[in-house]
Amino acid sequence: MDLPTLWFWIIAGLFIGYFVLDGFDFGVGMSLPFLGRDEADRRVLINTIGPVWDLNETWLIVAGACLFAAFPEWYATLFSGFYLALLLILLALIARGVSFEYRHQRPESQWKSWFDGMIIVGSAVPALLWGVAFANIVQGVPLDEGHNYTGTLIDLLNPYALLGGLTTLLLFFTHGVVFVSLKTTDEMRVRARNLAVRSGLITIVVAALFLIWTAVIAEFAFMYLVLATLAALALIGSWFLNRAGSEGWSFALGAATIAFAVLALFTALFPDVMPASNDPANSLTIANASSSTYTLTVMSWTALVFLPLILAYQGWTYWIFRKRVTRAHIEVAQH
Amino acid sequence: MNDWLDPLLLSRWQFGLTTIYHFLFVPITIGMSLTAAVYQTAWYRTGKVHYLQLTRFFGSLFLINFAMGVVTGIVQEFQFGMNWSTYSRFVGDVFGAPLALEGLLAFFLEATFIGLWIFGWDKLPRGMHLATIWVVSIGSILSAYFIIAANAFMQNPVGYELNEARGRAELTDIWALLTNKVALAAFPHTIFASFMVAAGLIITVAAWHLARHQNLVTMRPALKFGLWMMVGSGILTTLSGDQLGLAMVQTQPMKMAAAEALYDTATGADASFSIFTWGTPDGSSELFSIRIPYLLSFLSTHTLTGTVEGINDLQAQYTQLYGPGDYTPVIWITYWAFRWMIGLGLLHVIVAVVGLWLTRKGRMPKNKWIWRAAIWSFPLSLAAMIMGWIFTEMGRQPWIVFSLLKTQDAVSPNVTGLEVLISLIAFTVIYGILAVVEFKLIKRAAQKGPAPAPEPDAESGEIKPLTTVY
Repeated sequence: MDLPTLWFWIIAGLFIGYFVLDGFDFGVGMSLPFLGRDEADRRVLINTIGPVWDLNETWLIVAGACLFAAFPEWYATLFSGFYLALLLILLALIARGVSFEYRHQRPESQWKSWFDGMIIVGSAVPALLWGVAFANIVQGVPLDEGHNYTGTLIDLLNPYALLGGLTTLLLFFTHGVVFVSLKTTDEMRVRARNLAVRSGLITIVVAALFLIWTAVIAEFAFMYLVLATLAALALIGSWFLNRAGSEGWSFALGAATIAFAVLALFTALFPDVMPASNDPANSLTIANASSSTYTLTVMSWTALVFLPLILAYQGWTYWIFRKRVTRAHIEVAQH
Repeated sequence: MNDWLDPLLLSRWQFGLTTIYHFLFVPITIGMSLTAAVYQTAWYRTGKVHYLQLTRFFGSLFLINFAMGVVTGIVQEFQFGMNWSTYSRFVGDVFGAPLALEGLLAFFLEATFIGLWIFGWDKLPRGMHLATIWVVSIGSILSAYFIIAANAFMQNPVGYELNEARGRAELTDIWALLTNKVALAAFPHTIFASFMVAAGLIITVAAWHLARHQNLVTMRPALKFGLWMMVGSGILTTLSGDQLGLAMVQTQPMKMAAAEALYDTATGADASFSIFTWGTPDGSSELFSIRIPYLLSFLSTHTLTGTVEGINDLQAQYTQLYGPGDYTPVIWITYWAFRWMIGLGLLHVIVAVVGLWLTRKGRMPKNKWIWRAAIWSFPLSLAAMIMGWIFTEMGRQPWIVFSLLKTQDAVSPNVTGLEVLISLIAFTVIYGILAVVEFKLIKRAAQKGPAPAPEPDAESGEIKPLTTVY
């Protein structure tokens, strides 16, 4: 495998990290109106991700920076082309990120419900739009000879992309709700499990439609079909395990679903990185979008040394905060 | 196309505004994480509870702004691609690498260990918990190094080669990129200036409480700490600023000429530094100025007989080298930003020295005007920092990468003025609202003062800090 191809898969890996981790953050945020019946409930929910949301979100920053460094043309085309969609994602991430910190600064319930609203919207918007963005990348968008996107925001909101957005929205929602049941006790744990059973069914139907539609775009390529099938099986397995009350395994299979789905999408893309829908000659490919061999060599050594280290200390962090969050724990602690 | 819908102009405004805004939070993170680490170490070594109170107190002020630093930082990274795609295509091979290194080596450390520090008080052994805040501090300083190395490439491109076939700059030497002489000087300058901002925050908060004769046990040592930190980091900021000045003269002489509004090349005594100019500093209508002879020569070359190139000569040189065009930055901005940066910075060192004298051997000044003046320490040190960035970035114009690419050629060709206007308005509105909320929350937490020291455990006599949750 040449270096650009290696980095194509490393980028896929970084986005898997981002979607698996921030995915359940988004799900927990979106679950507030469904699971947060009172203030103690809502604080329990927010505290399930309290110590980790920031490191989860950092996966996006690193994925973006590595995309810039390894595939400058891909980064430039994608970010300038999807300008308004990314603006919405940024505004949502800003509103959501500050809300975690601001929410508990004042006791008034009006103040708290204001930031609850920002957490809910700030979680739902990126959960939807990341799916829209990736579906458009896979489907292809109009590009000129300079690889600049020539469409508009409305062109991005086509039926296939919206189905992709709905898929990530539901997938992250269910993934987050299963995480809640994994991280809480008693009544909250049961309610979260039941909610995930219901939302999981809808997720399975929508995700299946999306994977089938993508199969048509990928021209039923063998590797795509294998990965999409694995994603589907993992999702169904996750649903059964959750219903059986085995939250840990259900959550692990939820993460596997996201990983296989991202791999399937990248397989569908390969060897393009941004296919041009108007003229294949304008497509961005792994070869014409990537950085020089020297840059990729430097990056590869850095990733080789530091990614295992990063995974180790982040895994350790999750281990430190492995205990379930309870209402009692919230009530005795200070803000 | 309407002039006010010019995507270039709007993108420049957006990048400038969002960068300045982001950088309000960066020095606080860099300086206050170190402060919290120092206080927690003091508590760890001495067991004195007021150190623990100060750790938690300044830690809480730093945490209110930390989330803002993170989320506004994502905007910065995205904007290179969103608004400056031509720039990204041209330099991504070089410029992307330090950003990726920053993410992999620094951001992950910061983001992971800050969570451990905030929520780990009751979950980690004391020594390990202390280590987490040091890791956060080191991570924030490391991230500054990589982003400054990236910025230094824009000021003084090194370690690259132009690939004509692909029409882009390609990295040839990562070590040269990371040891760019502009980066080596700008990094300590930025870090020490960040410590000045943190010192300013500590002085402001401590002075507010001491003026009201409250929280004396914690705020008196905090004031001393802040004053010493201001003096120490102020001196180091000055020394590193001097080095940065030398590097700037060697790599971007036009920026130094623009800093001084020096139109004609001057030598020795004529290379004077104007402290203040009345009139327009465009050289045509100077009515009154206070000048220090030789100083500009000294700052630029470290000799009294040096020659400092003027704007007119440099303009002629650059026209020959790079073709016809205007190669001068906006002079009034660079001239005044440079002065305000230096003026406010030096003022802080002087005020801090006076403060140390007034509070020597436990004295507390009675004069309320002294306290009122001290309150301005934080906003003015932050202003000095911002002036420095405005100077260094506006002084780089018209280039986005000096000698390689002009700002006007770097903007995304397919992003319309209307789109940029929408995003500019959106960022302005949300940043504006959050600035008000943020300021009120920090002010409220600062005025509340440190929480009372936790009671020692009945059995062991040890102090267990409380669990923290959102």
